[in-house]
Amino acid sequence: MAEIQTQPISEVPQASSFHMIAAMGGVGFLAGILIVLTYQLTLPVINKNKAVYLEKALFNEVIKGATHKIAYKIEDSNLVEVTGEAAMNAQIYACYGEDHHLMGVAVAASGQGFQELIRLVYGYSPEKEAIIGLKVLESKETPGLGDKIEKDPHFLKNFEALDVSLTPDKSRITHPIEWVKPGEKNKPWQIDTITGATISSTAVSKILRSSTEKVIPIIARHLDQLKTADFPAN
Amino acid sequence: MSVDSPGFIFISAALINNFVLSYFLGICPFLGVSGKIETASRMGMAVTFVMLVSSLCAFGINIALEAIGAPYLRLISYIVVIASSVQLVEMFIKKFSPALFRALGIFLPLITTNCSILGLALFQTSREYNLVQSIFFALGAGAGFSLALVLMAGIREELDLADTPSIVKGIAIVLLVGGILSMAFMGFAGLGGGS
Amino acid sequence: MTAEPQNMDVFLKGIWKENPVFVMALGMCPVLAVTNSVINALAMGLATTFVLVMSNISVSLIRKLIPKQVRIATYILIIATFVTVVEYLIQAISVEVHKALGAFISLIVVNCIILGRAEAFASKNGVFKSILDALGMGFGFTIAVLSLGVVREVLGSGTFAGFRVMPANFEPWVIMVLPGGAFFVLGGWLMLFAWLRERSVKRSEV
Repeated sequence: MAEIQTQPISEVPQASSFHMIAAMGGVGFLAGILIVLTYQLTLPVINKNKAVYLEKALFNEVIKGATHKIAYKIEDSNLVEVTGEAAMNAQIYACYGEDHHLMGVAVAASGQGFQELIRLVYGYSPEKEAIIGLKVLESKETPGLGDKIEKDPHFLKNFEALDVSLTPDKSRITHPIEWVKPGEKNKPWQIDTITGATISSTAVSKILRSSTEKVIPIIARHLDQLKTADFPAN
Repeated sequence: MSVDSPGFIFISAALINNFVLSYFLGICPFLGVSGKIETASRMGMAVTFVMLVSSLCAFGINIALEAIGAPYLRLISYIVVIASSVQLVEMFIKKFSPALFRALGIFLPLITTNCSILGLALFQTSREYNLVQSIFFALGAGAGFSLALVLMAGIREELDLADTPSIVKGIAIVLLVGGILSMAFMGFAGLGGGS
Repeated sequence: MTAEPQNMDVFLKGIWKENPVFVMALGMCPVLAVTNSVINALAMGLATTFVLVMSNISVSLIRKLIPKQVRIATYILIIATFVTVVEYLIQAISVEVHKALGAFISLIVVNCIILGRAEAFASKNGVFKSILDALGMGFGFTIAVLSLGVVREVLGSGTFAGFRVMPANFEPWVIMVLPGGAFFVLGGWLMLFAWLRERSVKRSEV
């Protein structure tokens, strides 16, 4: 690029400062208008796309069969409803079926993977007191090895019924989630890790363990609030 | 080590997710200025310095843009501010430290169009780093860039003495060596989540 | 070639003789970074072509109004504008593609091909020729990223644009979709072209 900038300027007729500022200002003005226009025109479509993407993940893979959701965030161990743009990055989504019945609660969680952050969402069923689904939203794990956490059917089977039942006083999980070597799972709260993706699958287990220990007791305490929430309009 | 700790961010940017070998940022200087160790190390210093400056600028701009609610102006203001701050830095060094200017001077204008600088600013914004984290991220990225460049320069100095086939001469051999270096750096990947 | 280059030549030179990636080695970062699948490569190629065409048109239109001293700054401003536009458009079209390309859409700004064409061609030529030049360079770039994307996806995942093309018992060469594979494939293509060129030189000598 240096060659471009070091053209002999002296041969060029000297333009007035006013001319230069006017030219830059004019281009800047047009540029600003164009950017703002595109932003305004595409924003609704973008937000709709993101919402559809999230709902597809939630209703098809995490809480299968749900049709509506309400987003919440945790504030001082209370659940506060969030709407609009904040709902895209909420921590907790209560998911309801066609008949206004609470089918489960999806929880977003993240943590360090092999290389970069893993972001996932898991589904918790208060009736079964278990995790009933898991979807990795974002990960840059090594293709062919670590990315098995996204599609390995045997690994994902772990999360069809992973026990996270609470102690009678609902203060903590009776058996915190454990992870074992592939094929050694013999208790409902254990996760079989994957051969060849040990670190990535352990990372997922760790994220789940720390998130469930923190979030599930709070959900259990506010279960009535979630069950009786005003049904979302959409 | 926690994911957000400055130390981890430094290691991650320098080794695990090396800007050149795993994110492919700053490939042009990696291919172009890696002929001699001497120039490569100076280029590395200049880039690290500019990274630090533009990381601070980007941090400031982002706060300002959030305040007026105009995230859509981010890219355009980053590129303009980074380009002009590099010019300011160049003038400043020229005036106050001629020795440093002689060492880094010719590289500074080249750096404006180095995508690792803009990439750094964009990554630190999308990861929502605070000021301390941003500084360590910039230092780590700079260290990683310098490391990749100097390693490549060392290998190329040796390669000059080797009898390579005529079809790989030039960029092709640099790319092949880069591929091997990149594979070597994959070994660092476990440093983060291993434990 | 005559002093006034023919329209067809303006278009074709970007695709083969002055291919921005294989011949001039410009804009290497996105070529290596987002070519691990055919779809990503195609999206990046088209996005870059779009920015290239729009910036060439704008620069050509206002080339007589811009004082020489501030032209580079003005070009960068124009390019950054269209990159921002294309980033929102991609996001509106597909969330998945936007996620896969990530920061590399924004980094089209510093792709030297675009600034290079604005300065070397659009600032000296009319609108129609500038569009042809941009299309030629853009397609040349797209062909280059696609040729990497195809090799890397077929060998690295055994698929083509998401569809299985390799037999079921094919063990994917994982290295191809990793960063190292990008270097190897691009190096391989450059070696192939160097070999072809050498051969044709030898033939013409005989």
